[in-house]
Amino acid sequence: MTIIDLIPSTIRMTIPLGYVALGGIYSERSGVINIALEGLMLTGAYGYVVGTQTTGSVWMGLFFAIGLGILFALLHAVATITFHAEQIVTGVAVNILAIGVTDYLTPAYERVEGLPEWKLPVIGTYSFLVYLLPIIMIASHILLFKTPWGLRLRAAGESTEALKTLSLSRANWQFFGVIMSGILASIGGCYLASDVHYFSEGMTAGRGYVALAAVIFGNWRPLYGVAACLLFGFASSLELADLWNIPDQVLKIIPHVLTMIVLAGLVGKSRPPAALGKMES
Amino acid sequence: MINRSIPRFEIILNIRTISVKLPIYTFIQIRKLLNNCYPQLLATCGFFLLCGLVLLLRRQNPLEFYTTIFVSGFSSFDEFGSVLFNTTPLIFTGLAVAIGYRCGLFNIGCEGQLNVAAFAATLVGMYLDLPSILLVPLCIGIAMIAGAAWGTVPGFLKAKFGAHEVINTIMMNFIAVALTNFLVTSVFQEPNQMIPHTSQIYENARLSRLGSYIPFIPETNLLNDSFIIACVCVILCFIFLKYTRWGYELRFVGNAPDVAAYGGINPGIVIVWVMALSGGIAGLAGVADVMGYRYRFLDSFSSGWGFTGIAVALLGRNHPFGVFAAALLFGLLNKVALDIELLLNVPRGLFLAGQGLLIIGLVCLEKIQKKNK
Repeated sequence: MTIIDLIPSTIRMTIPLGYVALGGIYSERSGVINIALEGLMLTGAYGYVVGTQTTGSVWMGLFFAIGLGILFALLHAVATITFHAEQIVTGVAVNILAIGVTDYLTPAYERVEGLPEWKLPVIGTYSFLVYLLPIIMIASHILLFKTPWGLRLRAAGESTEALKTLSLSRANWQFFGVIMSGILASIGGCYLASDVHYFSEGMTAGRGYVALAAVIFGNWRPLYGVAACLLFGFASSLELADLWNIPDQVLKIIPHVLTMIVLAGLVGKSRPPAALGKMES
Repeated sequence: MINRSIPRFEIILNIRTISVKLPIYTFIQIRKLLNNCYPQLLATCGFFLLCGLVLLLRRQNPLEFYTTIFVSGFSSFDEFGSVLFNTTPLIFTGLAVAIGYRCGLFNIGCEGQLNVAAFAATLVGMYLDLPSILLVPLCIGIAMIAGAAWGTVPGFLKAKFGAHEVINTIMMNFIAVALTNFLVTSVFQEPNQMIPHTSQIYENARLSRLGSYIPFIPETNLLNDSFIIACVCVILCFIFLKYTRWGYELRFVGNAPDVAAYGGINPGIVIVWVMALSGGIAGLAGVADVMGYRYRFLDSFSSGWGFTGIAVALLGRNHPFGVFAAALLFGLLNKVALDIELLLNVPRGLFLAGQGLLIIGLVCLEKIQKKNK
């Protein structure tokens, strides 16, 4: 087995991380810490399977997943933005809630249809979400860094007062950021569930946190963030392939160690939005 | 000057005054407690009501649910002992989170800290055969050091580079789980076994069960000395936070790090040792499992105690005694979850979902309370 054979599995590992990381970037750029990514991803996977099982249509499954993702993200948003609750505590709570709800209402253990696959020359046959990710990534980059809306979203994350001086509402932009993270994270979960065709309890297995690591490793930028996901996805595909006899635990901790190094500024400082997690008192 | 202490003394002796004052005093105290703790009480009641409501939606009798909780938790010393057994690790993780929080630090890394601590305790207990009186403290000490080391890393990174401790503790969780998983499966795996666990620790390293010396608890009950350690820890933490210089520094840095710096306290140093202390206490949860229950390290033995610890600390208002009470509640829930699942056919996810909603409701209520003050 060579590196070339790893490309398909790298793509399969990267795509869910990529969506979730993009979602995380929206939320964190608007100044709301989002530990809830793991839970949002889990609800996405759950929503897809339940929606597809009940309606028989994968599109309804996708729709249902996004709806559920928005609902859970709203819970996080209302608690943190409206009530100014501790963002980390609420994030952890949403994760616990997601595990609980998906366990309480476990869908029937049946194979569900995967999302439609498109065949492209050279690249191969993949789910359409694979092709959608680069488009969303570039669109997010343009939205965040080239438009006035992106400027306002980032202003919400950089300072608690900046938007007020423009008589704009910081809360609205933060709601937008968190809801975007709900949508994108649940799409990531959808991909995960449609890829393996079923839902199991706790199937995200820490991928939400890896995506969070990618957000930080990518310095809160969409292009770098997805690049980080590609790196982490490559590490997990190595883990599956069992190439070069590296223990899989070593590959598993790569994202986490790298993130800690970057966050400490030992190699290339990663700088969080200045008002991340801060609320005006 | 008239010495007023004598008439006061008389007043205290006056039984009629006491009989009037005592009820008023208790009433005032209860009202004060209600005023301070109503978010916690409201959230807890809301949680149980919500569970009842879900049972109603399932067309089951909610009363049956409440009686099952009561019977399964309190009907005998055996049952109650099991509740306390489930409470023990949560006391440790709750205290760890609470102590960090008092200093303005979020220790989400309890899960990792208790994993490495449990592994360290297992290694010492597996390879050293000393008399019990030496080995037990040695195991506990080494385990606490391991947990503390795991906590110190995020603390150091925060103090030195300003890196957010939440991210680093989460990352350290994954590293701890991967590390112990690697060590268990590749190096210290018990020979000829499929389950990823180590061999057993020596008899001398084990904590005795309370049933072996307290008459009314059956010998089979899992409740062990680690519960006593937990109770001592609660009291020590209370004294530490309230009456010692270090506790004062800790609370000072938590409330106003800039002011603390002007007051001659180095916040960086405080952050490092608080994270170490928090990690050490979280490590005791691992000790409780290894030395008190399983007598070996089992891969991924912790069922989310680190995360439940956050809920425990929050519900206990980050006060050691509050943590004890909240841990009791969550320990009860963990104990009865199995019975609820078996007898009423309700998945245990109900409790987890309820816990999540309880936390969210609680933090919102606390903010409302703060605003009204």
